Amino acid sequence: MADAASNDGFVVFDRVQKSYDGETLVVKDLNLSIARGEFLTMLGPSGSGKTTCLMMLAGFETATHGDIRLDGQPINNIPPHKRGIGMVFQNYALFPHMTVAENLAFPLEVRKIGKSEREAKVKRALDMVQMGAFGGRRPAQLSGGQQQRIALARALVFEPELVLMDEPLGALDKQLREHMQFEITRLAHDLGITTVYVTHDQTEALTMSDNVAVFDDGRIQQLAPPDLLYEKPENSFVAQFIGENNTLEGVVTEMKGDTCIVKLDDGEVIDATPINVSNVGDRTLVSIRPERVEYNKDRLQQGVHTLKAEVLEFIYMGDIFRTRLRVAGNDEFIIKTRNAPDVERLTPGQQIEIGWLPADCRALDT
Amino acid sequence: MSDMTDTSGPVLAADGTPLKRSLAKALRRQKLRALMLIAPLLLFILVSFILPIGDMLYRSVENKIVVNTLPRSVEALSGWDADSGELPDEAVFAAMAADLKEAYEARAHTRVGSRLNYEYPGISSVFRKSGRSAGRFDLESGGPWKDVLIDLDDGWADQGVWRTIQTYSPPVTSGYFLNAVDMRVGPDGAEMRPEAERIYMNLLVRTLWMSLLITFSCIVLAYPVAWLLANLPTRQANLLMILVLLPFWTSLLVRTSAWKILLQQQGVINDILVWVGLVDDNARLIIINNQFGTIVAMTHILLPFMILPMYSVMQTIPPSYLRAAKSLGATEWTAFWRVYFPQTIPGIGAGSILVFILAIGYYITPALVGGTKGTFISNQIAFHISTSLNWGLASALGAILLAVVLVLYWAYDKIVGIDNVKLG
Ligand SMILES: Nc1ncnc2c1ncn2[C@@H]1O[C@H](COP(=O)(O)OP(=O)(O)OP(=O)(O)O)[C@@H](O)[C@H]1O
Ligand SMILES: [Mg+2]
Repeated sequence: MADAASNDGFVVFDRVQKSYDGETLVVKDLNLSIARGEFLTMLGPSGSGKTTCLMMLAGFETATHGDIRLDGQPINNIPPHKRGIGMVFQNYALFPHMTVAENLAFPLEVRKIGKSEREAKVKRALDMVQMGAFGGRRPAQLSGGQQQRIALARALVFEPELVLMDEPLGALDKQLREHMQFEITRLAHDLGITTVYVTHDQTEALTMSDNVAVFDDGRIQQLAPPDLLYEKPENSFVAQFIGENNTLEGVVTEMKGDTCIVKLDDGEVIDATPINVSNVGDRTLVSIRPERVEYNKDRLQQGVHTLKAEVLEFIYMGDIFRTRLRVAGNDEFIIKTRNAPDVERLTPGQQIEIGWLPADCRALDT
Repeated sequence: MSDMTDTSGPVLAADGTPLKRSLAKALRRQKLRALMLIAPLLLFILVSFILPIGDMLYRSVENKIVVNTLPRSVEALSGWDADSGELPDEAVFAAMAADLKEAYEARAHTRVGSRLNYEYPGISSVFRKSGRSAGRFDLESGGPWKDVLIDLDDGWADQGVWRTIQTYSPPVTSGYFLNAVDMRVGPDGAEMRPEAERIYMNLLVRTLWMSLLITFSCIVLAYPVAWLLANLPTRQANLLMILVLLPFWTSLLVRTSAWKILLQQQGVINDILVWVGLVDDNARLIIINNQFGTIVAMTHILLPFMILPMYSVMQTIPPSYLRAAKSLGATEWTAFWRVYFPQTIPGIGAGSILVFILAIGYYITPALVGGTKGTFISNQIAFHISTSLNWGLASALGAILLAVVLVLYWAYDKIVGIDNVKLG
C-alpha cells in the first residue's frame, strides 16, 4: 500500500522508519494517510510497532527516517505541547494527585482559559462521558472503566482535532468494553475528530473503524475498510489475523482469468481466486472463511470442484453450529452454519462433500 | 444463601457458637502467633530503646543524692526560713556535722558536693574541705558545731550554701531542666540566668536552625541526583547508585577528616581559589571550624538519606504522566512543576524527616569541623556525659531534644500528613 501516502491527508506518514537501538528496524517503511474526521485503527500483534507509531505522531519519539506531517506541516517542527493532539494512554495516565475535575481542567489551565469558561467546559466534558457526579473524586477512587472515561474526557476537553488512543479498553470487561467502543465511535463522529486508535483486538477494530491498518513486522500489511479487510484479505497474514479462517496448501496448476485451479498437497483439486499468485507452478495458501463453506449438495454451484470431508466434531453454539472436519489431511477445518430449520445437523464420523464459490476462496502467498 | 443474613439474632457458626465470638477467637490465635514471631524484636527494642529512654527521663529529674547523703541536715533545715537573713541554728549545724562524718566514711561527701556545685558554684570545695576533717569529729563532745564548721570553711557562713541545700533536698528536682533552658532557682523562684551564663537555649536554636539549613541543602542537591537515578538507563543508574552508596562504605571519621583537608585555610579549596586569583593569599577564606564547615560536611554525610527515599518515590512515577501532561499542552516546566513535582513530595517529606532528625542529634562531625561556633546541642550532651559527668543535665537536654523532635513530627503530621511520607 505504498501509494496510500498521498499529500493531502490530515496526518501523513511518508516512508517512516524507526529504530531504537540502531540495529533492528521496529517500523520499516510506513506510508499512511489519514483524512480529516477519519477513524483509523492500527491493528496488529504485540510488538508490531503500533505504540511506536503513535508515540512518533505524538512527538515523544522521533522517526529515524522519513516524514510525519500534521496538516501539511512536518511534525518535528512543532513541539509536543503545541500540537494539539489529545491522547489516551494505555494506562490512562490520570494525574493521581489531582481530582477528576482538576485533571480535566489541566489542559484548559495551561491554555490560559478563564475560570468560568473552564468550569463550563469541564462540566460539559464530564457529562459527555456520563461522569458528571465524579468531579471531586481522585482517580484512585474510580473503577477501571470510569478512569477510562475520564481519560477520554480529558483527551477531548480541549477540543483537539486529532485524538490518539493506545489500547484504551485493554483492561475492561467485555460488557463495558462494548459499551465504551460504542461511546468512543459516537463521540468521535459527533465531534468530527480525527482518531487514531490502537488495539490488538480485531473485533474492536472491525466494529469501530472507518479504516483499519493491519500491522505486522513493522509494515502495514493491509489498509482497508473493515468489510474489505474481512472479505478480501490481501495476504495470508491478514487472512489469518482477522477472523476465523481455514487454510489449505497447494500449487497453482491452471490460471483462467479471474479464477485458478489449485492442486492441494494430497492431490485433490479446488477452484480459487488468485490474489498473490500469478503463474502456474506457484505455491499458495488458499483461505476460505468458515461461513462460506457449503455442504448442502443442492446449493453447491454446478461445475465447481468439491472436496471429500469427514466430520470430526459438532458443536452447538446456539445461533450457529460449528463443525470441525478433516479436509485434505487438515484436522482443523472449521465450518459454521446458521441454526435454521432446514439446516442439517452433522454427526461425527459422517462423510460429506464440501465446496464453495471460487470468489470466496482466495489463493494467497505462503 | 442470602436469606441467612436476614434472620434475626446473632449469626451462628457451624458448631453453634456465635459467629462473632468464634471469629474473635480465630483472630486472637492469629495475633498471638504474630506476636510470638516479633517477640525477639519487641524484647530488643524494649531493652535497647525504651528502657534507656525511660532511664534518661528518670535521671533528668532524679535527685535522691542530697536526701540520702545528708538526711539529718535536710530534716533539720526544713524549719529554717531562708529569707530570714540569719544562718540556721546550732541544731542544723550539728546535724550537718553528723551527716558529714557519715558521708566521709562512705566516701560520698565529694559526690554530693559536685551535685550541689551544678546549682551553686563553689559549694563542692566546701564539702571537700570539711569532709576531710569530718572523719575526726567527735559527735558527743565536739562543738559547738556552728563554730567548728565555719572554722573549717567559711562557706558554711554563707546563707546561699544553706539555701541551695534546702532547695535541692527533695528527691525530685526541676533543677536540671531549668538549667537546660538557662534558668535557675533564685530567691524568688525560677529566674533566667545572667546573660553571660546562658548557653543551652542559643545552642538549641542554633542546632535547629542549622539542621534546617542542612535539610534544605540536602533537598536541593539530592533532587536532581534522585531524578537522574530514576531516569537513566539501568546500567548508568546502577553505577550512579554505587556512587551514592559509596559514602556508606567509608568511615564517617575519614569523610569528616577529608573535609578538614579540603576546607582548611591552607587546604585544597583555598589553594585553588588563591591560584585562580579569586581570593587574595592574605585573605584566605575561613570555611572550617565554623557553621559553614559543619553545614558542608553534614550535608555531604546525610545526602544519601535524602537521595534514597526520593529515588524510591520517583521510580514509581511512570514517564507517561509527563508525556500526558505535554500532550495536554503543558510546557516542559509546567509539566514538571504541576505534574511531576507534586508526586515527589512524599519522597521529599520522608527524606527531610530522616535528615532533619539525624542532623539534630549529630555530634561527631560538628565536634570535628564545627569549631566553637558550629557545634550542636549534642556536643554539650556528650560533654556532660563523658567529661563533666553531670548526667542529670545531659538527660534533661536529651529529653528536651526528644520533645522538640516529637513536636516537629507532630507539626509535620498536621501540616503535610504523615501518610504522605513514602520510604519506598
Ligand atoms: N523504548 C524502547 N527501546 C527499545 N525498544 C523498544 C522501545 N519501545 C519499544 N521497543 C521495541 O519496539 C517494538 C515495537 O514496540 P511497540 O511498543 O511499538 O509495540 P506494540 O505494537 O505497541 O505492541 P503491544 O501491542 O504489545 O503494545 C518491540 O519489539 C519493542 O521491543
Ligand atoms: Mg503498545
